[in-house]
Amino acid sequence: MSDDIIVCRCEDIKLSEIRGHIEQGAHTTEEIKRRCRCGMGPCQGRTCMPIVAQELSKATGKSVGEIQLPTFRQPTAAIKLGALTGGDGDD
Amino acid sequence: MKEVDIVVIGGGPAGLSAAVHAAKMGAGVLLLERSQALGGQLVKQTHKFFGSRQEFAGERGFDIAHTLMEQIAQQEKIEVWTNATALGYYPDGVLTVKRNENFRTFRPRKLIVATGASEKALAFPNNDLPGIYGAGAVQTLMNLYGVMPAKRVLMVGAGNIGVIVAYQLLQAGVEVAAVIEAAPRIGGYWVHASKIRRCGVPILTGHTIRQAHGTTQLTGVTVCRLDEKWTMIPGTDTLFEVDGLCLAVGLSPLTELLWQAGCKMNFVPELGGYVPWRNEYLQTTHKNVYVAGDVAGVEEASAAMVEGKLAGLAAAFALNHQTADFAADYRAAKQQLNALRSGPLSAKVCHGLCKVMLEEAM
Repeated sequence: MSDDIIVCRCEDIKLSEIRGHIEQGAHTTEEIKRRCRCGMGPCQGRTCMPIVAQELSKATGKSVGEIQLPTFRQPTAAIKLGALTGGDGDD
Repeated sequence: MKEVDIVVIGGGPAGLSAAVHAAKMGAGVLLLERSQALGGQLVKQTHKFFGSRQEFAGERGFDIAHTLMEQIAQQEKIEVWTNATALGYYPDGVLTVKRNENFRTFRPRKLIVATGASEKALAFPNNDLPGIYGAGAVQTLMNLYGVMPAKRVLMVGAGNIGVIVAYQLLQAGVEVAAVIEAAPRIGGYWVHASKIRRCGVPILTGHTIRQAHGTTQLTGVTVCRLDEKWTMIPGTDTLFEVDGLCLAVGLSPLTELLWQAGCKMNFVPELGGYVPWRNEYLQTTHKNVYVAGDVAGVEEASAAMVEGKLAGLAAAFALNHQTADFAADYRAAKQQLNALRSGPLSAKVCHGLCKVMLEEAM
């Protein structure tokens, strides 16, 4: 049944996959992100990371507050390469 | 790269109020809003606000948004950029922004982050079926675009958003099958909960979603009861035949810029998740970064507006802008915020705030 539960909508990652990675020893959000791209889509983990943190909390016995979030790198939203290479331009 | 006194990120109630009050002090303000229009969530709020006259009690959210936008338009010191997303904040104090399809950089002397919060999701089978919405999307469809989101809806969450949006659905002619709530009691104001109860909508506390049904779109939702340890109780399933499922299960603060700034953060469930440590001036552990509104802890729009005022005044004051009535103005706003938080439903927020309040002064 858990096969049908979408955790990361952007990258189409299901709960069963997240649990599989945890079983294989990925016990941080950063490791899970690197293994399956969970949280690397357009929303940058805003939807899935709280759910992933809950799963990690259940599996490791740590409280959700002790589960570290992945690094929040710039840019926070997608930007076209053309815009970036154009530099600090006028509208 | 442009130098600016104050950049306010977010054009919702907190950001609008911060911009107005910083500009009144004489600071130059650039207000960035990601979407095409100012107002944030206020523009979809059709219900009347509580509180006192100063926080627009008795007025509807969208009217409050218009009032704030008029105040913004009257301030020559404020430049407004819509379709402008803050992309990053760097250790050298540079803020990068995408506006339309252009890349821009700024060096703000002070930054007020009022980015708000995003809706929390739930993990349950078939949670990707069309017909399953966040409460924000339902409000956008109904109250902004006049589009009926579904014919018969099950609402998840009996906090303020859940019970208010359930009533708005009824007003729009949508049938609300029930409101379910995992907690043992209703979290929202009883004024709003009573309204939907009087319309005959059941509010089932201690219930959660077991599964959604449907192949190409939502056709039903099975809910079940939870025991005191929040475990699903077998044999308590109820099927609701609905074509809409609305999730109002809480908000998480949109804090990525604060993490990038290196602000000290703390996980505070009462405030929605990770929030920044701040002093009474809404200044974070980064001396140039202030916060206001939901990003500092999920609360109501009325509190967000007062926090915006406090942050706007404090940031402008820190840049040596002064007015004769600054001290009195600041004290009044402070008292206003305390009054707003004196109600019984604010106990949780106050408890949460204690965990991120810095003692030292600016």
